Amino acid sequence: MSMEKQAVERARTAFLTRRSRPLEFRAQQLKALQRMITEKERDIAAALKLDLNKNEFQTPLYELVGLESEIQLALEKLPEWAAPRTAEKTLLTISDEVYVQPEPLGVVLIIGAWNYPFALVIQPLIGAIAAGNAAVIKPSEVSEHTARLLGELLPQYIDKDLYPVVNGGVPETQELLRQRFDHVFYTGNCAVGKLVMEAAARHLTPVTLELGGKSPCYIDKDCDLSIVCRRITWGKYMNCGQTCIAPDYVLCDQSIQGRVVEEIKKALKEFYGDDLKTSPDYGRMINQRHFKRVTALLEGETVALGGESDEADCFIAPTVLTGVTGSSKVMQEEIFGPVLPLVSVGSVDEAIRFINQREKPLALYVFSYDSKLIKRMIAETSSGGVTANDVLLHYSISALPFGGVGNSGMGSYHGKHSFDRLSHLRSCLIKSLNMEAVNKVRYPPHSAKKLSWARFFILKRVRLGTLGRLALLAAFVALAALVAQRFL
Amino acid sequence: MSDYGAIVQKLRDSFGTRKTRPAEFRISQLNSIVKLLRENEGAIVEALERDLRKPKFETMISEISMAINEANYAINHLASWMKPEHVEKSLVMKFDECFIRKEPLGVVLIIGAWNYPVQLVLVPLIGAIAAGNCAVVKPSELSDSTSSLLTELLPKYLDQSCFSVVCGGAKETTELLEQRFDHIFYTGGVSVARSVMRAASCHLTPVTLELGGKSPALVEGSCDVTATARRLVWARFFNAGQSCVAPDYVLCSPETRRLLLPALRDCITQLYGTEPRESRDFGRIINQRHFERIRDLLSNSQGRVEIGGETEEGERYIAPTVLVDVSESDPVMQEEIFGPVLPILTVESLEEAINFINRREKPLALYLYTGDSKVVTKVMECTSSGGFCSNDGLVHMTVITLPFGGVGSSGVGRYHGRFSFDTFSHQRSCVLRGFGLEWANQLRYPPYSEQKLERLLQATQERKWSCTLL
Repeated sequence: MSMEKQAVERARTAFLTRRSRPLEFRAQQLKALQRMITEKERDIAAALKLDLNKNEFQTPLYELVGLESEIQLALEKLPEWAAPRTAEKTLLTISDEVYVQPEPLGVVLIIGAWNYPFALVIQPLIGAIAAGNAAVIKPSEVSEHTARLLGELLPQYIDKDLYPVVNGGVPETQELLRQRFDHVFYTGNCAVGKLVMEAAARHLTPVTLELGGKSPCYIDKDCDLSIVCRRITWGKYMNCGQTCIAPDYVLCDQSIQGRVVEEIKKALKEFYGDDLKTSPDYGRMINQRHFKRVTALLEGETVALGGESDEADCFIAPTVLTGVTGSSKVMQEEIFGPVLPLVSVGSVDEAIRFINQREKPLALYVFSYDSKLIKRMIAETSSGGVTANDVLLHYSISALPFGGVGNSGMGSYHGKHSFDRLSHLRSCLIKSLNMEAVNKVRYPPHSAKKLSWARFFILKRVRLGTLGRLALLAAFVALAALVAQRFL
Repeated sequence: MSDYGAIVQKLRDSFGTRKTRPAEFRISQLNSIVKLLRENEGAIVEALERDLRKPKFETMISEISMAINEANYAINHLASWMKPEHVEKSLVMKFDECFIRKEPLGVVLIIGAWNYPVQLVLVPLIGAIAAGNCAVVKPSELSDSTSSLLTELLPKYLDQSCFSVVCGGAKETTELLEQRFDHIFYTGGVSVARSVMRAASCHLTPVTLELGGKSPALVEGSCDVTATARRLVWARFFNAGQSCVAPDYVLCSPETRRLLLPALRDCITQLYGTEPRESRDFGRIINQRHFERIRDLLSNSQGRVEIGGETEEGERYIAPTVLVDVSESDPVMQEEIFGPVLPILTVESLEEAINFINRREKPLALYLYTGDSKVVTKVMECTSSGGFCSNDGLVHMTVITLPFGGVGSSGVGRYHGRFSFDTFSHQRSCVLRGFGLEWANQLRYPPYSEQKLERLLQATQERKWSCTLL
């Protein structure tokens, strides 16, 4: 039996012991995760530095803080999330209990990505644990130091049978995907997303696919470009452009492009200093393959800013391209690197058309003083999420579901959405065995009279407070007696 | 094949004109569905009688009324469903608007089933329309009278540029599935569901799969045997057993079985008379293939026919049947029966019943008949199923405020009422900021430093603060 299969079976056996169910256990595991983050922050930062040249302040900010607040939220809200959720009753169920009971699904597979290798594994894991599941964790092998660290750390802090880490490359992932899970949570790209869903289809396993795409960024002509460009620069070049919701390309009027380039240049200097390559705050491409992929996108393009690169260091300078059109090579795939094309559009209409001709992106950004324009751009396009007049922020609010649509993904998570996504929300109707008199209307032999009673009782809905319910119940019982008399 | 491409493209173009977005349009289409049902009641009843010999009563309450109810519910609630949902924010975001927009997905595909051919096409369609989508509807070819009727009626009542009906069998469905949709809603069996999901994966199309399985009915000793028997009989033999949530088999102790059998016999007689074949209130099997399938299950069973067992091929009639002395390995326990046959298996204890259920695939429904609320809690906590109903059968799916769907091999996703709207919507998270407070943003920009980090953490991690401040 393969190692992957063994890990899955162990997780399932552990799940079947039911020990992941009690809320105390889940809380204890979440607290252990919290401790791991606190105690091992240095090690985590070191691994991230080796993988992506993330610096010691970037790591807590962008990988760890969000996780800590998710853990806090889960710890605080777990009793509420896991409790039965009452539903409004129909007339016929008025004396019954009607509710939705959240339950664990079973064994969840979490496949992480390499760009935020720690966060993109731990964040879904928080949801999986909170929902009472077991989880097999497969970090991305591309961010190898973090993958190795996760393999060492997680078993030290959380239940190693319930939450095994399986490391490896493509063959190991394929072997994992041959096993049966109760949910597969994948973060990565579309091509692999399709394969994951296809594999899941064999077992009818539901999936969450957090993918990507080209997230457009529209800049209205009359804007304070220094603020706009600072915000865009921050979001675009963070992690060397390797962020699924980074603004991929800019749409703006030709007349402001020159100033956009200038302002980005200013912001870059503010952020990374004069000698960018030596700035401790600027990242690197994850590996040679992606380095080559991104530098190839520059061929034949007009480089208005940046363009320098150093293969040995996987360094690509923050770059801005102008004169880019819809058919340029750089517009055919998600860039996932520090290259920002500026595409000219003459109007909002043109921008909207341009966006709608392409696949639905994971994020949409629009900068404008005109709130009507913003609302229009949102209303006439589709995307996973939107941030207006800034970038990335919709990711950070746990009350907002984070996920894609169309090619950018399916399903969503963060906060309670993670809990719900990785739970089965089971509908429950608890009836008593009395009130049989009323049921009589539904039994054969049928008659027209019975039919009208049945339609009335079965299908009417009620929204009442307790007193109202009691009053109605009394009336109902009287009515039931009457009905029983007629049909007995 | 290019036909289907053209149909989908036409719908996509219509969707692109945004005509399905305004609430008025959606409500007008929903009202048209109500009209369709009310004006063609007679024709629908007749069609279902031809397909399944469905009693008029069943057609009215489980097909027509149910769909009308869903449409009216959607009409009444549409405004609130469509409204963006504002969410809790941290202090740093206090001046921003943070909300979830509910948006249509685009063009959806609805593949219906033959057992409730009206409901299983119209209820998802109601959800799709309410959410602002265009839709291709593919009714089941097995219930061909009803499907022909729907094919004729839907274009008369609904906007033909936004809603199309496609007919055909497996071949046509496979071709249709090659097109790209924004959601596929399928009701039916497990093996076709796999193909549907696989086809969907090529386009990264999300799916809802309403499947089935063997829904157990646990009859525990403390129950009221007469009431239990009546509800079981009703739920099992409704639509001649062809309901995805019908109790598929019974688990009880030998003592309970002894009491249950005569009660079942009595109830069957009460509901269907001494000759159920002559009762107008008992249906027929959909077609020859399924008739033979169920008849073979009966004849190959190693159990004993305690009640019923008669069949009549010409009519595709199978009597309300109860089988006893059925073991776990019996052929009748290897597939969803989907017919008027109720096997009774005996277990020695509640634990044994629970283990039995847990050894099998997660069912679409789980029924428990008991007078003891502790038993209810135990069974619910120790098992999993799409839905759970104690002391009755089928009815949990009529509670419009409860989501209806499976888990594991009984399905993916859920619908009914508001959940249909959600299924066919994209929940789009939006944050609208202003240009002010750029000084606050400084904390997040490089060059990074210890102080900046600390101050930013302070500013962002204050959910508890905001309660005190406000």
